[in-house]
Amino acid sequence: MKVTIDQDKCVASGQCVTAAAEVFDQRDEDGIVVLLNANPPVELAADVRQAAVVCPALAITVDE
Amino acid sequence: MTDVLNPVGENSTDVPEYPMARAAGCPFDPPPELRTKQEAGPLAKVRLWDGSMPWLVTRYADQRALLADPRVSADITRPGYPSSAPIRPGSSSISFILMDDPEHARLRRMVTAPFTIKRVEAMRPTVQKIVDDLIDDVLAGPKPVDLVEAFALPVPSLVICQLLGVPYSDHDFFQENSKTIIKRDASPDDRTAALSRLAAYLDDLVGAKLENPGDDLLSRLAERVTAGKLSRQAAAQMGVLLLIAGHETTANMIALGTLALLENPDQLAVLRESDDPKLIAGAVEELLRYLHITHNGRRRVALEDIEIAGHVIRAGDGLIMPNDIGNRDPEAFPEPDRLDLTRDARHHVAFGFGVHQCLGQPLARMELQVVYGKLYRRIPTLRLAEDLSQIPFKHDGSVYGVYRLPVTW
Ligand code: SF4
Repeated sequence: MKVTIDQDKCVASGQCVTAAAEVFDQRDEDGIVVLLNANPPVELAADVRQAAVVCPALAITVDE
Repeated sequence: MTDVLNPVGENSTDVPEYPMARAAGCPFDPPPELRTKQEAGPLAKVRLWDGSMPWLVTRYADQRALLADPRVSADITRPGYPSSAPIRPGSSSISFILMDDPEHARLRRMVTAPFTIKRVEAMRPTVQKIVDDLIDDVLAGPKPVDLVEAFALPVPSLVICQLLGVPYSDHDFFQENSKTIIKRDASPDDRTAALSRLAAYLDDLVGAKLENPGDDLLSRLAERVTAGKLSRQAAAQMGVLLLIAGHETTANMIALGTLALLENPDQLAVLRESDDPKLIAGAVEELLRYLHITHNGRRRVALEDIEIAGHVIRAGDGLIMPNDIGNRDPEAFPEPDRLDLTRDARHHVAFGFGVHQCLGQPLARMELQVVYGKLYRRIPTLRLAEDLSQIPFKHDGSVYGVYRLPVTW
């Protein structure tokens, strides 16, 4: 699984962090998404997919 | 003349008024007419207070797609925008929630820092203390008590005041004005006057923070004013927006959620018997889905022709996406009318969707987790002190809830 993020689109909702804190983080100064792991292990696949679904800005892309 | 793509003609006389009335005796369900429209198809025309006829988007998937579509605008000053009440162009009520990117993003990013998951989690102990102290007061006081006044309103109000750096001792003043602003039938003059009073109050506060900054959001905005990145007026406007949004919505979720749980004792038992944070977090999502306390719909205007669900929405057409019916779409949530705290409801649209999704939702979620996780465990015999038929519901505002919730234990 390969994850990409678009920081320009991100609206800092933090929903990705709630769904998969091992994979996503937020910048302290404005909450914009930071990718911690672009190739998360298979155990985290469901959480990462959920992060992409709940991201209101469609800023997360997952390639399986 | 029938347009195959847009089957409801502009001249149609059977276009219903929006917003629609909820059914008597069914305080948690969306208006039955909305349901009928959803079953009939993905789009319907509705008539607004000013005679305009925007599209009602009835289904969850289409609502999400349109709310995230850059061809759709949230700019209230554009012709065709389906506004919920008369608003004077250029009035101080126009905040970044009614603007498009890039200006929307520029302003929004100035206030996102306190709402990161880390910062919100760091506030959890403070919120826990606020909730515990208020429950202590309730238990020590007379019964029955109005849970709205004694608990549901003070919790988010104390939290947002602390976050913004607003003295809580002024709460009578800003709660009064905030009530007027969200009341659907308030006259434009009354609403404008209430907004100006709040704007003047926040302007004074920003002025004070310019002199004496503290560790709060208004002080951070004051710093931007000093740096020439934000006008003092815009800083005060953001303060007004956050102050209103910060307590009206969460307060109504607490009171209406408690009422819904009291009416569904098996579900209340789920919360009373568990202190598993995951279960409580899931229960909060389901209550957000089920209750949808913003019942005026998300509003937008199309910038281009957009084809959706086999229909064409024309450039300049108004769009209304009611999250209440979106969250009850059986295609997205099986058996949508059942309150089931253990279901997966995380993808609901109670906070909207797209770039305008509620800025404060991480904070609201955390507050609700603390409240729903504590209140019924600490007062296990909590019950209504009056008949459900006596409870006054807020049918007249842009935020749905109850005016009072008399409870005893
Ligand atoms: S969920 Fe999307 S919008 Fe929210 S912080 Fe993550 S990437 Fe940004």
